[in-house]
Amino acid sequence: MSALVEIRDVSKAYTRGRQSVEVLHHISLDIRQGDFLALMGPSGSGKTTLLNLIGGLDSPTSGSIAVGGRRIDALGGSALAKWRAANVGFIFQFYNLLPMLTAQKNVEVPLLLTKLSAAQRKRNAAIALSLVNLADRAQHKPNELSGGQQQRVAIARAIISDPTLLVCDEPTGDLDRQSAEEVLGLLQLLNREHGKTIIMVTHDPKAAGHASHTLHLEKGTLVEAAI
Amino acid sequence: MKYLHLAWAGLMRRKTRTVLTILSVLAAFLLFGLLDGVRAAFNAGGTLAGVDRMVVSSRFSIIQPLPESLITRVQATPGVRKLTWANWFGGYYQEPKNQLIIFAVAPGYFDVYQDYGVTASQLDAFKRSRTGVLVGAALANRFGWKVGDKLPVMGSIFPNKATGETTWAFDIVGIYQAPNAKSRALEQQVMLHWKYFDEANAYGSGNVGWIVVQVADPGSSAKVAQAIDALSANSDHETKTQTEQDFNLSFAKQIGDIGLIVTAIIGAVFFTLMLLTGNTMAQAVRERIPELATLKTLGFTDRSVLVLVFLESVLLIVIGGVLGMALASVLTPIVSAASGGMLELPPIGPASWAVGLALMVAVGAIVGVLPALRAMRLRIVDALAGR
Repeated sequence: MSALVEIRDVSKAYTRGRQSVEVLHHISLDIRQGDFLALMGPSGSGKTTLLNLIGGLDSPTSGSIAVGGRRIDALGGSALAKWRAANVGFIFQFYNLLPMLTAQKNVEVPLLLTKLSAAQRKRNAAIALSLVNLADRAQHKPNELSGGQQQRVAIARAIISDPTLLVCDEPTGDLDRQSAEEVLGLLQLLNREHGKTIIMVTHDPKAAGHASHTLHLEKGTLVEAAI
Repeated sequence: MKYLHLAWAGLMRRKTRTVLTILSVLAAFLLFGLLDGVRAAFNAGGTLAGVDRMVVSSRFSIIQPLPESLITRVQATPGVRKLTWANWFGGYYQEPKNQLIIFAVAPGYFDVYQDYGVTASQLDAFKRSRTGVLVGAALANRFGWKVGDKLPVMGSIFPNKATGETTWAFDIVGIYQAPNAKSRALEQQVMLHWKYFDEANAYGSGNVGWIVVQVADPGSSAKVAQAIDALSANSDHETKTQTEQDFNLSFAKQIGDIGLIVTAIIGAVFFTLMLLTGNTMAQAVRERIPELATLKTLGFTDRSVLVLVFLESVLLIVIGGVLGMALASVLTPIVSAASGGMLELPPIGPASWAVGLALMVAVGAIVGVLPALRAMRLRIVDALAGR
């Protein structure tokens, strides 16, 4: 299979006060379409930074990142936002749902950026919620749902625009084992049945066990490339 | 408009704060609604077209008297059907706080002003008594006056020729009742004989304060007014013929520039409102930084987030503003009626609504600008990391 994500000699430095701290050093990596990749490593190793770069939330200091053949490191703010909306689904550790909206409205949010009508948005959200087995909780607000249910709503939101790539930052980090298993099973399903390419940052080896590949980062460098 | 529910959700995140802020906005626009009509009335001139009663007074100041001789000349002006005249006579009853509205009126005054509801018998009694006065029922009730009572008045300006003092004594010969609620303010007045006032005051006779003209054809009021003013052109008593409304406003303007005062009050209220709602919006955005960062993560552009915060800010002000002006629309006639006609607040018309809506959008945009810019400039990774 061809590489969906091509990372070439990427470095990322942050400026803190007068100091510049490089958190990623000359990373090169290919991630194939349909992969389920786990990124592991100790805190501060640069996992989330790499994930943010792949998801187009941040830009590398040097090097290049191409997703689906498109150089995203060269895109400006607005173009990058549009690219994210069309190509990437995000799943966070703390779900990041909008507290005042129902599950259905939360799932619909990415579709506000499309030209779909309100009825179409509602229909698509209902399908996405069915896929994560939460059709009966569509009208519940986040605070009326368990952590596992909230994360499943977040997954429904991530897939509603049918993105190629799902980036997950510690998706089970705030969940009990059973909920974590449900969420990981769902991600596996999306990977195997729906062909989504998934990149997941995790500290949990059990969670990483659900991925097809695991990469380790230490001090901003890939120490083990299992691809 | 598809972002409207997002803006609404943002407002509903802290219901108590939003409700309190909306109440503040409501109060500001309620005040605006009530006062804007007053401001407009004081800043805009009335039109003579279509009015059947006009007031002729000195062009220079309403306290400048006109010569009595002008009356017959005005009467002879084509288009004038009836006329009467009056003088202001200020004074108080017993204590300075009991200020009275007293007018010295000509014999035909109540023919022209039938709004007072003076009956034939009251008028007859008034004509028969040189020192007689007619008083309004509301005023009589307030001080417990009845027909036959002596009414001692301490005049504000005019001394009595007989005593050299400003103390006057009148006889109450009738208590009139205004026939309808709209003219209830007339019941706050005391009417005495102009002839008695003219002869008895120590400041000279042969003067009138103003002349009230009733025209035969309201359609030609403007022409009649021109003709009347032409009578005294280039004299030392040039006149200005105007609507009763304008004349009354001129009276009120003796206090000061009411329009400017009202504008200043409204300005101060809105300045305070902007500080208050600006703080609310800044706080609301500060609390929702992770949510705004999430929206950006999902693909909302900087501009979309900017628009969303602006929309939220404008929505907050428009909700409170529309409620405030709607309440003002309801209260205006109630306040006017409750004041017995003393306070005639003009109804809130389309012009006031247009100014009000423009103000709502402007205030919303001004208070939203800094929070919206902050939201627009958010760096996603920093905001998600809580930095």
